[in-house]
Amino acid sequence: MTDDTAPELTPLNPAYVTTTRISSALGLLPLLIGAGVLEASQLVPPGSFIVPALILYGLVAFAVPKRKYRRWGYDMGSDRLRIVRGYMFYRDTVVPFGRIQHIDVDQGPIDRRYGLATLTVHTAGNHNSTVALPGLLHADALAMRETIRAAIRQDVL
Amino acid sequence: MTNSQPQDPFVSSIVETPISGALLHGVSSSLDTNGEGSERINTDEGHRLHISGLIVGFVTGLPQLVFPIVAAVFGVRSSSNPVLIPVIIVIVLFASLFLRWLAWTRFRYHIGEHDIRIESGLLNRTARSIPYERIQDVSIEQKPLARMMGLGEVKFETGGGKGEDAKLSYVILADAEHLRELVRARKSGVVDATLDDLAEAVDSPPIFTMDSKRVFIFGLYSFSLVIFAVLGGVAQQFDAFLPFDFWDIREWIGIAEDRGITIDRISDIEMTARIVLGVIALVGLLIVGFASGVIRTTLREHGFRLDRTEKGFRRRRGLLTLTDTVMPAHRVQAAVIQTGPIRKRRGWHSLKFVSLAQDSKDESNFVAAPFATLGEIWPIVAAAALEAPNADVTFRKGSGRWWLPRFFFAALILCGPVISLAVFTEATIAQTANIYWLLVPLAFLLWFERRNYRDALDDTQLYIRHGWWHQRLEIASQVKVQTVEIAQGPISRRQGLASLKFGIAGGTLEMMALPLETARAIRNAVMDRVAAVDYSAINRSH
Repeated sequence: MTDDTAPELTPLNPAYVTTTRISSALGLLPLLIGAGVLEASQLVPPGSFIVPALILYGLVAFAVPKRKYRRWGYDMGSDRLRIVRGYMFYRDTVVPFGRIQHIDVDQGPIDRRYGLATLTVHTAGNHNSTVALPGLLHADALAMRETIRAAIRQDVL
Repeated sequence: MTNSQPQDPFVSSIVETPISGALLHGVSSSLDTNGEGSERINTDEGHRLHISGLIVGFVTGLPQLVFPIVAAVFGVRSSSNPVLIPVIIVIVLFASLFLRWLAWTRFRYHIGEHDIRIESGLLNRTARSIPYERIQDVSIEQKPLARMMGLGEVKFETGGGKGEDAKLSYVILADAEHLRELVRARKSGVVDATLDDLAEAVDSPPIFTMDSKRVFIFGLYSFSLVIFAVLGGVAQQFDAFLPFDFWDIREWIGIAEDRGITIDRISDIEMTARIVLGVIALVGLLIVGFASGVIRTTLREHGFRLDRTEKGFRRRRGLLTLTDTVMPAHRVQAAVIQTGPIRKRRGWHSLKFVSLAQDSKDESNFVAAPFATLGEIWPIVAAAALEAPNADVTFRKGSGRWWLPRFFFAALILCGPVISLAVFTEATIAQTANIYWLLVPLAFLLWFERRNYRDALDDTQLYIRHGWWHQRLEIASQVKVQTVEIAQGPISRRQGLASLKFGIAGGTLEMMALPLETARAIRNAVMDRVAAVDYSAINRSH
């Protein structure tokens, strides 16, 4: 199924693939260590823990981020922000600027290394009260924040 | 205008301090003294809670003291002096009272120009500020003891976090009502309102009431056997204190035998007698169920009265514990009309308003009419600036394919127990496959769900109707939608179906089983209307 509105979506910064790879590689390290320990205890035929663990590790840390990246996209309209993500579990969220209560720009240590940031908008709704858009250039995220803020102020006046 | 005020406990004491004087004389003068004023607020003594509230708190807190007392008594049990036990009890009681008194002396609240401030804490001081603008609703609750002493508990809700965000327990009832009126007035920007302005036409006719007969019928529909669960729970808690083992059936038989009833004699009883006994047991169960429904409902709903005041809805109810809640009408985000297959036959429905405020622990929305006919409900809905779907609104059915995969998914999951039972027990596949009978009720459930699901959209509102046992019609104003999300799972994606989730303040509305194109069209239509209006403009009181 093709998304007919896909062309208008802006992709994330390609560096997002690298940052996701690094963070999931670090996050899954305990799994690898656990498998290594079980392997070292030699309870079962050699390779029965470490091989599947390595395959899984390789998939999640290297193949998945690339695919994930391709499914992300956003669109800054004049009065709304649209965020599309996921393939298996596809989510297409629209947040009107007029409903945004406050805006965060977060930067973790890995993000900072690559100059990326996450833009998070908060609404008063219960469902999707926070909508996060990762993998933006830090400067872009700040610019988007300013745009949204200006739009909100204009609305109120 | 200040002349008329000294009789009011809040205003009069505020007038004594300079900052409050400014605040009562309007914005212009308070603006000049803003810098100094904020300093003076710190020196402002603020208000204390009413001292007799200590006793109410002490008495209602007594059950919590049972365990410390029991522990203390066990501690001195071995000592030979029996006088110690009452002494210990008295010491524990006094310690509790003393701590409460300390907390009371350290508790202050200030009625400021923009906010209510509450300072509390013995060692860790907490100063909380609640801006008037953010207060969702103010409720006054009177538990039986407080009611006897003419006290009330004032609760402020801002919608942030869980439950009430601040409460004043307890103040004199008249003060509580004045306080609420003051908050209401400040919120709508009336800084220099006098009490005469605040005094409302209390005796205006209510928009909905329930007499005792209505409450009784409602109670009958609230049939509940939860009392047995409660009794079981209590028995489990205190089985150490019972003279027999509550859960041991042989003990019960033993007790019966002591009274001359044996298994043999029960077996001897002829069939008709057994049937009679069974019927008696059943009738007993029914009586208990209906009675507990009626009692619980009466305790909560007695004297139900809903008023449409100038700014919002005011609801009063309760038999022993009186509650009095006000919710501003512009805070209403959506209306939920609920009924069930049985009560619907008689036309009984309930109406709730969705807002950021939570009614209580178990009711997350403001109950505007718990048991009413549609004829009574629609005017209340209209008072909240929402409308009943008119005849032009066409309700859309969900696509049947949406529910089918759920059925197969359940069948797939049941494979697990079927196979594992066949492998690990003696049973054959043919026997374990009987688990699949579970799919029959599930099929009915899904079928009912599909049959009852409807959604619709008109120029201003969204409508979603679903459920079979709990039939709900949700009505939301489109401009109050916060976010819209199109969601597809792996299966619905292949089917080209999607669900559309609307985030609103205080709840979520979900349209299901939509073709993707329809979902996109609805999303765009709603978003265009939403983006045209700023949310803070909508929620401002008019």
